[in-house]
Amino acid sequence: MSARPAGRGDDSGATTPGATTPGAGRSASAPLIGREHEPTIFEFSHPGRRSWSFRDTGVPEWGAEELVPDAFRREEPVPLAEVSERDLVAHYTRLSHRQYSVDLGAYPLGSCTMKYNPKVCDEVAGLPGLTRVHPGAPASLTQGWLELLVRLEEALCAITGMAAATLQPAAGAAGELTGLLLMRAWHEQGGRQRRRVIIPDSAHGTNPASVTLGGYEVTTVPSDARGCVDLAALRAVLDEEVAGIMLTNPNTLGLFEEDIVEMAAAVHEVGGLLYYDGANLNAILGVTRPGDMGFDIVHMNLHKTFATPHGGGGPGAGPVAVSPRLVPFLPGPRPVRRAPEDADATGDAYGWAMPPRSIGRVHGWHGNALVLARAYAYILANGGDGLRQVADAAVLNANWLRQRLSRTYDIPFDRPSMHEFVASTSSLKKRTGLRALDVAKRLLEEGFHAPTVYFPLIVDEALMIEPTETESPQTLEELAAALERIAEAAGTEGGLDDAHAAPRTTPVGRVDEARAARQLIPTYDARP
Amino acid sequence: MNVPEGRRYTQDHEWALLDDGRVRIGITDYAQDALGDVVFVQLPEPGTEVQAGSAIGEVESTKSVSDVYAPVSGRVVEVNTELSDTPQRLNEDPYGEGWICVIEPTEPGAVEGLMEASAYSELISG
Repeated sequence: MSARPAGRGDDSGATTPGATTPGAGRSASAPLIGREHEPTIFEFSHPGRRSWSFRDTGVPEWGAEELVPDAFRREEPVPLAEVSERDLVAHYTRLSHRQYSVDLGAYPLGSCTMKYNPKVCDEVAGLPGLTRVHPGAPASLTQGWLELLVRLEEALCAITGMAAATLQPAAGAAGELTGLLLMRAWHEQGGRQRRRVIIPDSAHGTNPASVTLGGYEVTTVPSDARGCVDLAALRAVLDEEVAGIMLTNPNTLGLFEEDIVEMAAAVHEVGGLLYYDGANLNAILGVTRPGDMGFDIVHMNLHKTFATPHGGGGPGAGPVAVSPRLVPFLPGPRPVRRAPEDADATGDAYGWAMPPRSIGRVHGWHGNALVLARAYAYILANGGDGLRQVADAAVLNANWLRQRLSRTYDIPFDRPSMHEFVASTSSLKKRTGLRALDVAKRLLEEGFHAPTVYFPLIVDEALMIEPTETESPQTLEELAAALERIAEAAGTEGGLDDAHAAPRTTPVGRVDEARAARQLIPTYDARP
Repeated sequence: MNVPEGRRYTQDHEWALLDDGRVRIGITDYAQDALGDVVFVQLPEPGTEVQAGSAIGEVESTKSVSDVYAPVSGRVVEVNTELSDTPQRLNEDPYGEGWICVIEPTEPGAVEGLMEASAYSELISG
């Protein structure tokens, strides 16, 4: 009997077509307590007010001048808000009540894999044995943590088909840069002067940014009519200047790169390396592995695929796994199983090691540790069979939604997608004026988070939709019905005006993004 | 979509206006509409030598960043510095106050090789 995957959607097996749970997966959209503008924390400040109160223990007080060297001491204290605990808690709780989150309902933001975060993982991350530990503590006192990290690394390598991994990178883009630095170190050690990295025109914006930050030039290769990398065009740009290629598979259109084996061979033939952007790993868990496709470097987004909380700016975790020849270059120090002789001598099964040609640290400590712990808990809670079911359900949900929405929206690539798909309002825009942006804002009124819009750039008026595996058929039905309502309303009298005015029922209406970009007031004390 | 006569156009949605032997350039109404609200313009430096078809600047909107390509080869002699403070001019008046730069062309007749208004109108309606 297989364990039930943690945090999956409706597991009943049989779904009755048309059976709905009205309102399923939708939030109320209006905040719980009124729509009053919430002041900033500074506006609650009262001089002298404190959130804490320590009793006098008789321990002598030290001034900052005695503890902190002159060069590092501020002349003026930082003007932080002086608030009571009560006001502090009320303020942030009120703010949280105005936020949509994946805990409230469906969040079909394409490319982000906003799956439900199982609470058992938070419980694990809250265990005192994990939290009450300083990262500088010696190995002999942190064997539990080291074991967790080593086992997580081994699990991630088994999932991706790779030899070893670093858990240090803080999130996806950090993982990309780490991967490119590994690429650079590999080529330099081999005495190869490489200048360029190839990325598809459908690539996520972090890819060219990371390439540039890694000291390489970007060469873009076009996608063909099927939405995949044009193999002939790729061959045409491959030469001995190419350090490697960065690919996502399935790609950002949610389509599997069918020529991946040929592409890998072509890149390897010129001595280049293949980098796998793991943003879409959710689609292939337990089905196929990047290592088997020929990838040399694989980054994973634990906050996407492995359900650690995200959507609020972090912390994430972006482990990078490598093929055997790149293992010596991995960032360090890294957690390892000690050789039996060492283990016997010290009594410790685990320790820290520096790879012989390490590119050094890519994180202040060892990675975003509690995020790593949550991901490990998620993997254990699911097991190998559970992770396979995750991929199956993710792909099924996306295809069901794609087929259903094809009646109303353009689906530029009319073939089975994987865990996400791209729709377009191109025809709707011609007929009614409805744009992707309007659909997104209207969907907020319907109580759902919007999908990704205007990405990938190669699709006009794009809506990238990723339901994930954790949403039930009932929720998908509600989401589809909401999107259909939006499209239909746009064609009616006043419907387009409604769409342009949306969202009206949410705590914050349509923001003037252009003005925010042009006249940004970045801090409270910078306001005019 | 506004496509004024008397100018030439490129596949990449720039317009080119012959102005006393020099070529004034900008982006078209179609381009500014597709981009959305422009928030930043990266202008070329005056004096830069440019090749036809090469990127000479960038226009950034809330949606995306797009390269601006030189319609003709030559030297940049004037740039519209107003766009630094008021990038929205590109949206409001793409053919007038939203001009991007003026190029002294290497070949005086180069601009004649570009698309006429009717051909460009066909391109964007397709």
